[in-house]
Amino acid sequence: MIQNPVADVRKEIEGNHKIVNDFCITISTVNGSGSATANLTLLRTLFRMGIPVSGKNIFPSNIQGLPTWYTIRLNKDGFLARLEQDDIVVAMNPASFAREENYVVPGGVLFYDEDFAHPITRSDIHTYSMPVKKIVKESEAPAGIRDYLANMVYVGVLSHILGIDLDKIRQTIEYHFKGKKSASDTNFAIVQKAAEWAAANLVKTDPYQVQPMPELSDYIMTDGNSAAALGAVYGGVQFTAWYPITPATSLSESLMEYLPELRKDPETGKNTFVIVQAEDELAAIGMTAGAGWAGLRSMTSTSGPGLSLMEEYMSLAYFAEMPLVVWDVQRVGPSTGLPTRTAQPDLTQAYFLGHGDTQFVLLFPGSVNECFEFGWRALDIAERLQGPVVVLSDLDLGMNTWMTKKFEYPSQPIDRGKVLWEDDLKKLLEKRDGNWGRYLDIDGDGIAYRTLPGNKLPGSGYFGRGTGHDEYGHYTEEPDVWERVFMRIAKKYETIKKYLPAPVIRHEPGNRKAIIACGSTDMAVEEALHLFEEKGKSFDYLRLRALPLTQEVADFIEEHDEIYVVEINRDGQLKQLLTINLPREATKFVQVSHMDGLPLSARWIMAEIEKHEEMDK
Amino acid sequence: MSEHTVSAGSRQQVNLAGLSRADYRAAPSTLCQGCGHNSISNQIIAACFELNIVPENIVKFSGIGCSSKSPTYFLGRSFGFNGLHGRMPSLALGAHFGDITLKSIGLSGDGDTASIGLGQFKHLIRRNLPMVYIVENNGVYGLTKGQFSATAELGLVLKKQGTNPYLPVDIAMEALIGRATFVARSFAGDPKQVKELIKAALSHNGIAVLDIISPCVTFHNKENTMHSYGWGKDHEAPLHEVSFVPPRDEITIEDFEEGDVRDVILHDGSQIVLKKLHKEYDPTSRWEAMHMLEEANRNNWLMTGLIYVDPDVPSMVDMQNLVETPLNRLPASQLRPSCESLDIMNESMR
Repeated sequence: MIQNPVADVRKEIEGNHKIVNDFCITISTVNGSGSATANLTLLRTLFRMGIPVSGKNIFPSNIQGLPTWYTIRLNKDGFLARLEQDDIVVAMNPASFAREENYVVPGGVLFYDEDFAHPITRSDIHTYSMPVKKIVKESEAPAGIRDYLANMVYVGVLSHILGIDLDKIRQTIEYHFKGKKSASDTNFAIVQKAAEWAAANLVKTDPYQVQPMPELSDYIMTDGNSAAALGAVYGGVQFTAWYPITPATSLSESLMEYLPELRKDPETGKNTFVIVQAEDELAAIGMTAGAGWAGLRSMTSTSGPGLSLMEEYMSLAYFAEMPLVVWDVQRVGPSTGLPTRTAQPDLTQAYFLGHGDTQFVLLFPGSVNECFEFGWRALDIAERLQGPVVVLSDLDLGMNTWMTKKFEYPSQPIDRGKVLWEDDLKKLLEKRDGNWGRYLDIDGDGIAYRTLPGNKLPGSGYFGRGTGHDEYGHYTEEPDVWERVFMRIAKKYETIKKYLPAPVIRHEPGNRKAIIACGSTDMAVEEALHLFEEKGKSFDYLRLRALPLTQEVADFIEEHDEIYVVEINRDGQLKQLLTINLPREATKFVQVSHMDGLPLSARWIMAEIEKHEEMDK
Repeated sequence: MSEHTVSAGSRQQVNLAGLSRADYRAAPSTLCQGCGHNSISNQIIAACFELNIVPENIVKFSGIGCSSKSPTYFLGRSFGFNGLHGRMPSLALGAHFGDITLKSIGLSGDGDTASIGLGQFKHLIRRNLPMVYIVENNGVYGLTKGQFSATAELGLVLKKQGTNPYLPVDIAMEALIGRATFVARSFAGDPKQVKELIKAALSHNGIAVLDIISPCVTFHNKENTMHSYGWGKDHEAPLHEVSFVPPRDEITIEDFEEGDVRDVILHDGSQIVLKKLHKEYDPTSRWEAMHMLEEANRNNWLMTGLIYVDPDVPSMVDMQNLVETPLNRLPASQLRPSCESLDIMNESMR
């Protein structure tokens, strides 16, 4: 069954050249053909063998019929960023076959369905053809689901060729189908048949192998949207309103899964939360803001176009001081853009949301684990601040399945901020001769004390509004009152800095060059730093985790002469924000950004930086 | 019957909640003298006073426009929020879940509800949130000085705008088609009816839409135009005489002549008593209601009263199966699951 054996490739094998636990597999299927089960089975099985692994779904904005790719990267050293290298390609889509044949690296491997009519043109790769239809047919699976099972064939063939433990595959399939025995049996039967067929018919010629490693017992596998939802559940989220939009939908759907599981009252079985699918993002943010105002831990999730629609309410929430959290799972914009591709194009949008002078707390989770952490932390910050918090995740982080550190239980108690119930207000009024106002800065930190609807103490009520108001919530157009109240709000954003996640800094004394990045590019930056180190070059690194900008970030920037700002957008938005905040440092920043819908790779970052360094000489 | 309830309140200094009328008042109105909205504010005050509702148990909401300014002119002790143009429904919905024991009153106008707000209005209705939703309907934009609103009638002539070429949105009809569970139409010039309808709406377990024609004396009060006092007075044709009877009051047969009366029992045991005037009208038939509105429209009648009611449809709150403690009073211990549960979640993701 070996096609086109090539002399020099053969030599590699004879020379016992092996590539173990360090390569990429790209699987090409037709969208909607049920390949997710097969791909996730492979991914999770490799993880369960102790091999650090990441999977990325490159899919079209379409339900069924267009090509879709899934890439799995195995890396024994734990680097999980995208690697633009197709070592092994599994071609299950005749429409894109010719393209994929060209993708394979010299010496790489191509698995393909034997029914494809295309001739193989490459002679520098290993090829294995698979009798997909035949294997599925012989499995006695019900005719109606055969098409969906076809993808399990490559799971079986790959298992044999790469050395993946079939027993582990079976366990993973059982996990996937959550104990539905007939489904897992049907799927595993195909895998087993395919592996048996491969054992009997294929001779391994390629150098790629997987080998078990020590168990990754501190890690789990999940996606950022599930992690964010679960984090919010542990952060006490009580209200969420949302409107479906790729790639944020699964965040809210995860809340719909986790909240009933974890947050029913154990005694009565009744709900401590409310979930509303709104009619649009205008309503989703209105509901979220209303709930936040009324004292509920409140959040919504969306993507760029939805955030645009939420802008006016965000401006109101800023000025009327309503706590709420918005998760923006970013995708390629402007406009509808590439709805199923990843980017970081909403940084300036989120920063400048709203007409008038506004300010927002932005959080940038850099890993799936951090999505969980920011899930609960964002709710604490919003209530402490009494204002909106935007968490900027992205499609790569949110929708792809990642190996990540186990979630840690929140390290601090829930922070409800400054809320006065009847007794609290009574005491405060006694202490202050009756002088309390919703917008009165009693502590001098810019954050006033709020009361909530339901407070029965006469005098606790106030009228919230987006119009000019004094410290007691009364309408006013007085110039000095407006300015006083408005300046007090600005002060809050100084106070809140100490509640924000600090930047993650890697600093070596004497190093004058650095990289700054935020969010999901972290993996690629870390790997680029490693590659640079191998070449004897060293950069400091600051991963920004929140805005407004803190002194720590300003100090880091001051200490360096040249700073590469790495991000996934066209215009260098993070660089723009740093420049605006620190105009005197502007000339230090070098834009390292691009946006083509795919996650950044370490090699691209390194090449860009090297290009610039070359020019500097 | 309602006379009886009113007198109980007005003759005493304080009501059964121990509060005087002053406890229900708020800042003086900054709307024009004679504005229909002020009259409606006064009826909200009267209704709440007479029903002995503690102001802290009501939350007021509004959007943007003249109507939306009015919540600061009644129930000054209540919490309230003045949201965005046409998007008060979403804000009110979220806020309502803070404490579902409170009653929500939304104040909107025709500009706020029938243009940008039409979507949120209809979705609020679809969800049957327990809330009194009052539209102070005057057919014109007041705050921006006299443009046509979406409820302005075809052919209406306004000073700077010329002639309105479009058909109006009928808010009561929209509510009916949207399957609102309580739809009423009234006229600010008929304060007694307005008050009784507000009382009934406050007891309804679901969305209660009150489309109240509330003339704008400054920009749109020409004789013989819809939404004017003159036209309302000449064309108002009440469907029935509405009286509201709170749950604790007993109704005696002598109060009403037999055969003339229809009563609707609401969720909390209160009753709406409808006394027949000219002809039979059944407010529990949506079909009859739509037919009546269409007939009124063709004949240029201002039909007022309780157009439609179905007291038994579950509200959005009923569907949520919530704990008894108001959500905004839940302690942190009920908001964060245990550490052990996270171990289980972690294990499930391996």
